[in-house]
Amino acid sequence: MTKAFLSILITAILTENFLLSKFLGICPFLGVSKKLNTATGMSMAVIFVMLLATAVTYPINTLLENNDMEYLQTIVFILVIAALVQLVEIVLRKYIPALYSSLGIYLPLITTNCAVLGVVILNIDKGYGFAESMVNSLGAGLGFLLAMVMFAGVRERLESCDIPKFMQGLPITLVAASLTSISFLGFTGIVENLFK
Amino acid sequence: MAEKKPLIKEFTKGLIAENPVLRLVLGTCPTLAVSTSVTGAIGMGVAASIVLICSNIVISALRKIIPGKVRIPAYIVIIASFVTIVQMLVKAYAPAIDESLGVYLPLIVVNCIILGRAEAFAGKNSVIASAFDGMGMGVGFTGALLAMALIREFFGTGSIAGIRIIQEAWPIDPMIIFILPPGGFFAFGILIAVANKIAESKGKPKAELHGCESCPMAANCSLIKAPGEDNVKEATVK
Repeated sequence: MTKAFLSILITAILTENFLLSKFLGICPFLGVSKKLNTATGMSMAVIFVMLLATAVTYPINTLLENNDMEYLQTIVFILVIAALVQLVEIVLRKYIPALYSSLGIYLPLITTNCAVLGVVILNIDKGYGFAESMVNSLGAGLGFLLAMVMFAGVRERLESCDIPKFMQGLPITLVAASLTSISFLGFTGIVENLFK
Repeated sequence: MAEKKPLIKEFTKGLIAENPVLRLVLGTCPTLAVSTSVTGAIGMGVAASIVLICSNIVISALRKIIPGKVRIPAYIVIIASFVTIVQMLVKAYAPAIDESLGVYLPLIVVNCIILGRAEAFAGKNSVIASAFDGMGMGVGFTGALLAMALIREFFGTGSIAGIRIIQEAWPIDPMIIFILPPGGFFAFGILIAVANKIAESKGKPKAELHGCESCPMAANCSLIKAPGEDNVKEATVK
C-alpha cells in the first residue's frame, strides 16, 4: 500500500513533472519565476489549491457518476474550483492576514490555471481513489515547487549573462526551460526500477 | 466605434500582427503540449477555434446583460459549455483526435486566449466584429501550432503528418529530443526569436512575456496593481 502511494508520489514529482513534461501551468512558470521568493510563494499556493480542489471535486465527481452526468465534469469542476479559490481568498484576507500576504496574493492567478484543473481531471482519468488522488495531487504540487525553484535559480543566473540580442528576453528563457527539462528526462524509468 | 473599422481588419490582425501565440504569448500550455504531431496540432487548433468563435459570439451578444462584477464567472460558464459540446463531438466523430489530445481537450476551458479575447474584445464589441476577431485569433493560433508541429514532427520523427519524409535508408537519424518535452521549449524559443526578429525589422516591439499582465485574471489580481517585484515585496510586508 505504502509502496503504491510512494510510486504515485515519485512519478508525479519526477517523471511526470507537471511543468517540465506535461506543460501544465506554463504561464506562472515563465511569468513568476524571476525571483526565488515569488516562485516559492506561488508554488505553495498551487500545492494548497491542488489539494483542496482534489478533496472537494472527488465527492462531486462520485455524485455526477452516480447520476450519469459525467459530461458536466468540465463545467462543474471549473466553477467549483473558481468559487473555492475566491472563498479561500476572502477567508484568508479576513482572518489570517499574515498567511494572506504570503500566499493569498497568488490565489486569484490560480483560479484559471491549467495545472489545477489538469490534476483534477487526470486523477479521474487514471481512476484513482480518494487517497491516491490526494497523493497524486500532492506529488504534482511538489513537482511544481521543485521545477519553479530550480528554474528561478537558473533565471537569476541568466540576468547577469551576456546574451545575443535576438535571443534576449523570452527566447532565452524558453531555451533555459528546455535545458532544465532535459535534466528531468534523466529520471525516465526510475520509478519502474525502484518499485519493481 | 469598432464597427466602423473594416471587418477584415478584425480578422487579419490575429494572423500575424497580433498572433496570440507568437506575439501576445498566450495559450503556451497547449502550444507546447500538443505540437508533437501535425494531426494533433490541427485537431487542437480547430477545437479551440470553434470554442473561441462560439464563445466570442455569445459573450458579445450578452455583453449588455452580464453585470460587470460577475463577468468572469459568466464568461467561464459560457466557455465551459462550448468546450463540453466540442468534447462530445470530438469523442463521437474523431476518437483518434480525442486520444491524442487527452487531458488537453477539456483544458481548452482554461486556455488564456479564449478568456483573454472575451475580456479584451468580445465584452466590448459587436457580435459580428467579435466573430471575425475569434476567427482571426483561431486561425492565428492554429497557424502557430502548425508551425511548431511541423518543426517538431519533422526533426523528431522524420515525417510530416505521419508520412515519412526522411527515409530509413538515408544516413540521417531523426532527433528524438524534438518530440520530447525539452524540444517543445526549444522549438518555441527559436520560433519566438524569429518572430521577434521579423517584428524588429518592421519597427514593431518585441514579443515580451507580460507574465501576469496578459493573464485574463489580471483585473482581480493583487500582484498586478503596480507591476514589478517592489509591489510584491510591499504586499508581503503588509
